[in-house]
Amino acid sequence: MTAPALTLSEVQQAALIRKLTALADDEIILAQRGGEWTGHAPILEEDIALANIAQDELGHAGMYLELRRALDGTDADALAFTRSADEFTSARLVELPKGDWAFTMLRQYLYDAYEALWLDAARKSTYEPLAEVANKAFREERFHLQHTALWVERLALGTPESIKRTQDALNALWSYVGQLFQLVEGEDGLIEAGLLPDLQAVKTRWEGLIVPHLTVQCGLILPPGGAGQPGRDTHTEYLAPLLNEMQRVYRAHPDTPYW
Amino acid sequence: MTAIQPQLTPQAIWAVLDTVPDPEIPVVSVTDMGMVRDVQIGEDGAVTVTFTPTFSGCPALHVIRDSIGEAVRGLGASAVEVKSTLTPPWTTDWIKEDARERLRQYGIAPPAPAEDGLIQLQADATRCPRCASFDVRMTGSFGPTLCKRLYVCDSCKEPFEGFKSV
Repeated sequence: MTAPALTLSEVQQAALIRKLTALADDEIILAQRGGEWTGHAPILEEDIALANIAQDELGHAGMYLELRRALDGTDADALAFTRSADEFTSARLVELPKGDWAFTMLRQYLYDAYEALWLDAARKSTYEPLAEVANKAFREERFHLQHTALWVERLALGTPESIKRTQDALNALWSYVGQLFQLVEGEDGLIEAGLLPDLQAVKTRWEGLIVPHLTVQCGLILPPGGAGQPGRDTHTEYLAPLLNEMQRVYRAHPDTPYW
Repeated sequence: MTAIQPQLTPQAIWAVLDTVPDPEIPVVSVTDMGMVRDVQIGEDGAVTVTFTPTFSGCPALHVIRDSIGEAVRGLGASAVEVKSTLTPPWTTDWIKEDARERLRQYGIAPPAPAEDGLIQLQADATRCPRCASFDVRMTGSFGPTLCKRLYVCDSCKEPFEGFKSV
């Protein structure tokens, strides 16, 4: 990886670390939720697809944490496997239990669309290492979005049962998505400096892509948006049990070398 | 300081890397896949190989890195560093022409030319690796490895794997 092309102030560096960690945390937690379907998905192909998507998201988390390591030397595995729920900065959207298939697909779709558009914008980051990561991850994310968009259509235009479940999922998820577009502390300064994408512009593009798709194409009804959301330091009750399972092996054998 | 081994030339290193298989698709090598970007030999005989990952979450990356190091050490290099780079990002357009034919014979449809920059909801056209028909259906947009998808040919009725175009 090339060295950072520009010098960051202390404040910028702290904010960038916060943002990279939040990006990685969302990927790690969503990947863990996706992985919960392994061996349980409705059909084998979808079992494989979700495991693939989860693996890609973990790859992205690895790249974000590698950028963080270059800034402060922290180890990616230690961050993923030893922090407690209080120390994680994941969005509540990705923490929610996997629910039914409609819930899983719709959440992944809402997230994939956001991630693909954020990455697309991040390719123009003035912070070269981030632009490189975004270029790499963007190519992979497109496949996720194609896949989940198709599933949302299939379910929303399917049987009365699948339509009901998809609408229920949208009703349950919609108030949580706003948090993806919340700035972390100091992010505004990094946006101004061109290091990070303008989150408001990403949100506008995101709405322009998914709202017509969900309503006109899929015939779903958009529930009222969520009111003001607490920050990434506030978690759902579901995060701690998830981490308990995800971190169990690492915590039991912290010194075991693997690769 | 170790003397440089006479057989340690860039050509020899590239040649040995031609024999390092992709662990998930053994009919092609890491150079066939376009994963090796650069080979440098230092004055002290230390070798630096720069490679680029295909998919960021590919679990074979560690194996590939180890295999590259082992192959180059086998030529007598005093030290081998395997560095990774993300730029320019790997594309299936770098897969060599003869390797595409080997993929096809192996039963994997080679990737269509990749187009960068578009967020599309539709996938590319793919041809059956056995009967060359375009009358194929994607049965899974993901496959047994991160770089492939699942198809079935409606002409010869065979299921097959196809490379994603990235």
